[in-house]
Parts: sequence; structure tokens; C-alpha cells
Amino acid sequence: MDTPADLISVPRPDNRKRNLTIGLVVALILGSAIFAGFNPLEILENFQKGGRLLKRMFFPPAWKYAPRVIAPLVETVRMALVGTFWGAVVALPAAVFAASNFLNMPWISRPLRLVLNIFRTIPAMVLASLFVAVFGIGAFSGVVALSIFTFGLISKLTYESIEAIDYGQVEALMSLGANKITILRYAIMPQILPQFMSYVLYGFEVNVRAAAVLGYVGAGGIGQTFEQNLAFRNFDRVGVIIVISFAVVLVIDLVSSHIRRRLV
Amino acid sequence: MIEFSNVSKVYPNGTKALDNVSLKIEEGEFVAIIGLSGAGKSTLLRLINQLIPATSGTVTVDGKDVTRARGKEIREIRRQIGMIFQGFNIVKRSSVLTNVLSGRVGYNPTWRTILGLFPESDKQIAYRALQRVDILEKVHSRASELSGGQQQRVAIARALAQEPRLMLADEPVASLDPITTIQVMDYLKKINREDGITTVANLHHVDLALSYATRVVGVKGGVIVYDTPMKGINKKQFLADLEKVYGRPIHHDEMLGEE
Ligand SMILES: Nc1ncnc2c1ncn2[C@@H]1O[C@H](COP(=O)(O)OP(=O)(O)OP(=O)(O)O)[C@@H](O)[C@H]1O
Ligand SMILES: [Mg+2]
Repeated sequence: MDTPADLISVPRPDNRKRNLTIGLVVALILGSAIFAGFNPLEILENFQKGGRLLKRMFFPPAWKYAPRVIAPLVETVRMALVGTFWGAVVALPAAVFAASNFLNMPWISRPLRLVLNIFRTIPAMVLASLFVAVFGIGAFSGVVALSIFTFGLISKLTYESIEAIDYGQVEALMSLGANKITILRYAIMPQILPQFMSYVLYGFEVNVRAAAVLGYVGAGGIGQTFEQNLAFRNFDRVGVIIVISFAVVLVIDLVSSHIRRRLV
Repeated sequence: MIEFSNVSKVYPNGTKALDNVSLKIEEGEFVAIIGLSGAGKSTLLRLINQLIPATSGTVTVDGKDVTRARGKEIREIRRQIGMIFQGFNIVKRSSVLTNVLSGRVGYNPTWRTILGLFPESDKQIAYRALQRVDILEKVHSRASELSGGQQQRVAIARALAQEPRLMLADEPVASLDPITTIQVMDYLKKINREDGITTVANLHHVDLALSYATRVVGVKGGVIVYDTPMKGINKKQFLADLEKVYGRPIHHDEMLGEE
């Protein structure tokens, strides 16, 4: 059907920029590997050592130790829950103030965003070691760290959602004579609530993982148990901890992301 | 009822949308504002309920200067002014009833509106408003489940629930098909006639202006260039006059519907 005369010829796309980017990235990776003294052969050398360790951890794990993993694991999940809860509770009003469209108060939203970004980017681990220094060793320090981290994370996601709402609904409420609080309740909340719930669940997923390692700096949870056993070279117990923690994190992730998908 | 005196509006980016406009609209009128895209129609309308502030001049509604009103004062003025939008602007995730009841927020204390505890009398007002636009059977539906025409009727019901003295409509039918357009315009007209609610509507279709409005105001480049009552107007003359608004005459075959 198509005779050559019918074919449309378009100029070839200009790929130079893309190719340059790829080249640059590859060069950077190679360069930094060399700079960091990374040698793939070393992995092979350590392979045997790793194999022996794996054998001591998992073949078989010390199943008898399993019941004693439950309590610290429950504590871990509880830390994540409490941290997520308080982070989310404070995040919702903070997001309203941080969003630039609704209240439109740059002298509040700008510095607030800065604070949120800082909270969000400091690893929970670093926050936790800070609070261990302030409040002492234990789950409380971990919970405070997780709350602050979650607060930063959820506020940021939520204020971006608020900025993306259909503003026409806000204007409609204004035209009805509604005040700011009423507008929040009738025009903004219905639009962002499903997303907010999904962010809370996401925060919880992240926090369960974070809580599992916070014990390393003495901030409670399963990490503390893990670290003690590692120090005593009880590798078979370490194996049990890993297996059970992994299973719990996996189940929580699966359930939570399933709910999240149905939310939005 | 509405009076613009030497009103100008310059947007923060420097666009001069209205230039020294003076206009007086009487109680009970159905005024159609026509003009090209960007002429300043929406700006004119949104100054009446102060969704945007004027740069200079004053707008009064029922003798009250809305351009100087703030806070509670402006909210009490707004609750008497219904507004219909091109994009409907109802809260899609809420029920039809919640949407219509939100027309009553200006009459209730904040704690009641927050808890959604509207008195029975307000619910009756909402039901009656829905009945007026023949959509009471959808009262418990989620707004997002309705068609465009139905959503606009819910928006009209919400405005009716305000028990307004004045209705503003910013291209109320621009996203509707021709049949639904006639329906929605008929409801607006009925409300204007039966309740004596003064109506100001931005319309893109000249023939809608001709068949529904009692007066047509043409805007061009932020200036009112045409202002004529429709009573006993000669249609040919009307179309020819629109050259002032659109820069060229409108021909008969450019009209939307048939008579
Ligand atoms: N928020 C805004 N910021 C800056 N300029 C604006 C804003 N809103 C409108 N304008 C400008 O003001 C002028 C008038 O706009 P307006 O929305 O009143 O026109 P309109 O007659 O309603 O047009 P349309 O028929 O397209 O709705 C236009 O030039 C527009 O670009
Ligand atoms: Mg407009």
C-alpha cells in the first residue's frame, strides 16, 4: 500500500545530549569505584568466609531462641506505631501551614518547609543517637526520633498534596461565606484525606524498618537484641532474629501497601 | 443592587484586566456578560463577591462597599451571593447532601459546620433546593458519580441553599452539551423569575444571552463597550452591534441553537 513516495521522512532525533549523559554517569561510577579502592576480587576472596558465617546463622537457626525474639519485635512495631502516630498528628496541621496556596503566608511556610526538609533528611539513626544522648538508652529515644522523622516525611508529602488540590473547590467554599477552618473541612480535607492516610501507612512501613535498626544506637527494639547476640557471636540466634524480623517486615509491607493501593 | 464605580483591576503580574469600569445592575435583572476570551468577564464577576480584590474604585452590593469589607463582614456579604462555576466546583468526594448543606455554612457557627451538625431546618432547605433542580433522588449519591449536568444542578442547589439575593454564574454551561445547557439555563432563569434573584452570568454563546438575559453587557479589553436591555430588541440589530464586542459582526449561522 505504501509506495516509497508515501513514506514520510523525519530527521533523526538528536541523541548527543543523552549519550553524553550516559557516558558521564558511567565514567563517574567507574571513577568513584577506583577512587574508593573497590576491587571485585575482594568479594570473591571473602566469599568463603561469608559462606561459613551464613552456615552458622541459618543451617539451622536457633529456633529455640525464637520466643525470646517476640518481645523485642513487638516493641519494635510498637515504636514504629507510636512514632508514626505522633508524627502524623503533628504533620497534618504543619502541612496546612507549609502549603503555599491556601493560607498563603510565606513568612510561615518558607521557614517551616526548611525545618521539614531538615527533619526529613536526617537519618532516623542519627536522630536516635542524638536522643539517646539526651533521654538515655531505651525505646523512648527511638520513638522520639521516629516521630520527628515521620513528621518531616508526612508533612512534606501532604503539603505537596494540598498544593495540588483542585482550588476551584476552595473558591466555591469562599463564595459561600465559609471561613478558613470550614474551607479546610469541606474543600481541602475531602481532597487530601485518602492521600494522607496512604502517606501515614507508608510512614509506618518506613518506620518499622528504621525501628528495627535503631537498637544499634541504643534506642530500643529488636536491633538491640541483634547487636548483643552479634557481640557474643551467637550467630545461630542472629539467624533467627533475621528470619523472623524479615517475615514480620514483609507481612507489614504487604498488608500496608495493599491497603494503600485501595486508598488512592 | 450592584454598583461598580470607576473600578480597575491590575493582577500582580501587571495584567490590566479591568479599566475604570462603572456599571449599575438593578434588582431582579438577568444580566449576561459577553466578550472574547481574556476580555475581563470573570474578573468583573469575581470582584462582586471579592474572590479577588479590586485595585481601585469601589463595588457595592446592596449599598455595602464590598471592596473595603474584611473578615466576618465579607463572609456575611458572600453568603448572600450564590456563585456557579464552569467547572462546577462541587466537592467530588462528598455526598450531594454534604455539598448542598455546605451552602449553609455561613449561617452556622464553625463548630457545627466542622462536626457536620446542621439543624433540621437547614436540611429541609437543602432538600427543597435539590427538589427545585429536580435532583432530590440523588441526595445520598457521591458527587463524583454524577454527570456534568447533574453536578451543575447540585452546584445550583448549593447556591440556592444560601437563600441568596444575587446569583453569579461564570460560564455555567461552557462544559455542557447543548441539551443540558438549555436545562441548566432554564433553571437559572426560573430562579431569577420566581425568586427575583438578581443574576449575572458570563456567557460565551450570544444566542443564550439573547434568549435568557434581560440585559447584555459586552466587555472588550477590560472596558464595557456595549450595554443594552434585551426587551424588544431587534435581533438583526443586536447581532450587528456585537461587532463592538467581538471586533467583527456575528452572522446568523454562527449561532448555537435554532429558534
Ligand atoms: N490570576 C490572574 N493573574 C494574572 N492575570 C490574570 C489572572 N486572571 C486573569 N488574568 C488576565 O486578566 C485578563 C482578563 O481575564 P478574565 O479571566 O477576566 O477574562 P475572561 O473574559 O473571563 O476570559 P475567558 O472567556 O477566557 O474566561 C486576561 O488577560 C487574563 O490573562
Ligand atoms: Mg472567564
